Amino acid sequence: MTGGGWHRRLLAAHTALVYLFLYAPIAILVVFSFNSARQTAFWEGFTLDWYRRLLDNALLFRSVRNSLIVAGITTAVAVLLGTPAALALARLQFRGKRSTQALLYLPVIIPEVVLGAALVTFFGAVEMRLSLWTVVIAHVVFSVSYVAIVVRARLAGLDPALAEAARDLGAGPFETFRRVTLPLAAPGIAASALLVFTLSIDDYVVTSFVAGVGATTLPLHIYSMLKVGVTPEVNAVSTLLLAGTVVLIVLAHRLLSAETGDSK
Amino acid sequence: MPSPDPSVQIQTVTKRFDSVTAVDGVSLEIAGGEFFALLGPSGCGKTTLLRLIAGLEEPDAGTIRIQGSDVTRVPPHRRPVNMVFQHYALFPHLTVEENVAFGLRYKPLPRAGHAARVAETLALVRLAEYGKRRPDQLSGGQRQRVALARALVLEPQVLLLDEPLAALDPNLRKEVQVELKSLQRTLGITFVFVTHDRQEALAMSDRIAVMNGGRVEQVGSPAQVFEAPETELVARFLGATNVFTAEARRHEDGILSLQLPGGTEFSVPAGGPARLRREPVRFVVRPEKLALRAVPAPSEISLAVTVEDRVYHGASTEWTVRDARGERYAVFAQNAGLAGEALPFAPGSPAFLGWDPRHSVVLRES
Amino acid sequence: MPDFPKELPRKPGRAAYPLLLPTWLVLGIFFLVPLGLMFAVSFAERGTYGGLKPIADLGAYVRSGAFLGNYARSMGAIYLKIGWRSLWMALLTTVLCLVVSFPIAYYLAILAPRRWKGLLIGLVVVPFWTSFLIRTYAWMFILRTEGLINLILMGTGLLHHPLELLYTQTAVLIGLVYGELPFMILPLYASLEKLDRSLLEAASDLGAGRRQSFWRITVPLSLPGIVAGLVLVFIPSLGQFVVSDLLGGARSMLLGNLIQNQFAVARNKPFGSALAFELTAAVLLLLVAYAVYARRRGGEELL
Repeated sequence: MTGGGWHRRLLAAHTALVYLFLYAPIAILVVFSFNSARQTAFWEGFTLDWYRRLLDNALLFRSVRNSLIVAGITTAVAVLLGTPAALALARLQFRGKRSTQALLYLPVIIPEVVLGAALVTFFGAVEMRLSLWTVVIAHVVFSVSYVAIVVRARLAGLDPALAEAARDLGAGPFETFRRVTLPLAAPGIAASALLVFTLSIDDYVVTSFVAGVGATTLPLHIYSMLKVGVTPEVNAVSTLLLAGTVVLIVLAHRLLSAETGDSK
Repeated sequence: MPSPDPSVQIQTVTKRFDSVTAVDGVSLEIAGGEFFALLGPSGCGKTTLLRLIAGLEEPDAGTIRIQGSDVTRVPPHRRPVNMVFQHYALFPHLTVEENVAFGLRYKPLPRAGHAARVAETLALVRLAEYGKRRPDQLSGGQRQRVALARALVLEPQVLLLDEPLAALDPNLRKEVQVELKSLQRTLGITFVFVTHDRQEALAMSDRIAVMNGGRVEQVGSPAQVFEAPETELVARFLGATNVFTAEARRHEDGILSLQLPGGTEFSVPAGGPARLRREPVRFVVRPEKLALRAVPAPSEISLAVTVEDRVYHGASTEWTVRDARGERYAVFAQNAGLAGEALPFAPGSPAFLGWDPRHSVVLRES
Repeated sequence: MPDFPKELPRKPGRAAYPLLLPTWLVLGIFFLVPLGLMFAVSFAERGTYGGLKPIADLGAYVRSGAFLGNYARSMGAIYLKIGWRSLWMALLTTVLCLVVSFPIAYYLAILAPRRWKGLLIGLVVVPFWTSFLIRTYAWMFILRTEGLINLILMGTGLLHHPLELLYTQTAVLIGLVYGELPFMILPLYASLEKLDRSLLEAASDLGAGRRQSFWRITVPLSLPGIVAGLVLVFIPSLGQFVVSDLLGGARSMLLGNLIQNQFAVARNKPFGSALAFELTAAVLLLLVAYAVYARRRGGEELL
């Protein structure tokens, strides 16, 4: 129902303000990463100094490497576990289906502090030393759920007649999966992989509980920088991270819309 | 009647889904090379039966044989049967050629021969130049032909079609009816198709099985189910909605004598178990076999009625009339009058409903 | 891949088990067991060096009621205060998000030109993909005494002393709303998008004015989206840790911070575990309530 002229304009203005609210803080961060002033928000001059300082920061690079390793392994494991699970949930009826669904939703629902606390208690009890591996385990726990949920949704949207047609034409169950179901589910699998990769790279709370010494990930490193205080180096790191994210999003968007011919 | 070479034999097959019995002890034989229709209203079990033949569902009881071999427990990818799905189920990520070639991989034909076979079949359905296109670039009719080609390229013994005309534009349907019929005659394989449209079934099939509530009500040629329905369900579904009740007098040597409420007596051929004297018997007369008369004709059975409604259909006219007891009947007549002539028997006028006694079709009571 | 039998399996679901086994194992061992362990620990007492105090007589321990010690302690005034504060913050965040999100969701779903819709919704989602830490840090940068807001206010002469914006409950609120906004906008948008415009036209045809149409048709029909948004924002806000740690001070400690504190600083795992379970219980209760609501309405899935 189109409102009168002023209704529409009011809503449009509100929308613009919300976008401003969402993006202004990020923009400010980026802009001030080039500010040569150290302590204040007062603009003193353009500089790339803070970025140069980052290049010398070996710890920072180590934490980036750690984050990438963890995210990579997590994504691979989560996709390998979550995709068959999604297949089973989407296509088959079996005893324990309801409990399995509940089990998969729990890691997503439980507050991160609780998950982190439970895991560190567990690792302590089984006397497993905290390290990068405990981080991977923790990330896999919540990532599998995301993969299963996203891929299942994608599978549910597929026409069941397609799999039936494949079987009718002579493809056994494995062939049907390989030649029809998998290619059609691929965009969903790719999307879920991207999602869990991002979640893993960005995770702070759970990681803070289970990371061992020397297993600092990027968010942990950034956090320690933040706790020390506001410094332009943090602005610089933030800007780089943002740039990386934007590149990833654009790439993902190109990939996904090329595959399916539709957007998002 | 068992035929020398039955293509599909269904023996007391039952299929249940939770508490619903979709197919209830159905037995059917379809001959080789037949164009066979499963006709009935939605929910009658015709699609389930088709899927049972395809192997996409497994029966809870009974057996299914194809060309003599028991395929009841054989999965769909091993049956010599292929299906054209109602919405075609073309693989969106493959081209037309790749779709058609899909099943060839599971046949003994070496890879080198696939392209030729695909091209041959595409030519058969007149889609020779569309090989490299994708399904979303085709029209509904073209997609159907791809689905047909995809199934036919595998040279199945039986081709199943699920409501083949339902998804098409109405103007396209007649054309496709003719095409399918000629295709079947050219190939000579058994076609079994499911429809809820009686015109389709009458126009295309060699034999029709009319189904309702999971059971087969009657199997016969189009003329048989149309002109001689055996049960009220078949009669109504095929449009013979005029049901009359009479009393049996004598039933001997296949001739049944009946007496109508008004006293008129007539005889009609009727098989089945002998009817007892005074037993109520129901029969139908098709609307186009009824005529409205100003005075009763001596050779006809006549019933006094009042015209209730008259609808002009262009080439024909349909009347609804009511007898003394309030029963309604439909009468159908071709408009053979001259242009500008008023239609006879306006609503409200009295008339006589007349028909040749031989057009009375006695119903078998369940 | 599982070994499929030559004939159709009698029970069609048996193939599911090999597909799910790895997931069951991983989640069973690394999720259910830790939770169960933590639950057990919540009944123990803190040992001298941060571990668990050994229990000499389990029977007596249970009978005396001492095993509920941590839970009883969590009902103490200080801790209840933190609990209520968390609840209040989550509530406030949710309501603010709803109020801010509804107009924009409405505009995007119903009034925005079709060409721009995809892009505009994409722009709402992009912040979700960027680091939460960074987005929270941005507010640290803006709200601090040497930050942008104070700079502008002092620079224009409106103030002579900087405002203490950071390390307050207000700062936490801003940070929370900022982080959760996309999670409210998206479900609202999804629900409003599905709204059948012809219903509004019918209402207008039957005599309803714009305001009446809004309250009697638009709002009730977008209710599933509203409820989904409320759930998606309220629950994470309850367990919030990062925002209150970075933007809040001692006076704005929330439940999440308290739990983390017990584990990392106070080294009181039993007490921390008890608190963690209380938080989990609250969350699960809300979700069960949501599930009941959703089932009664029948249909729309949350995720």
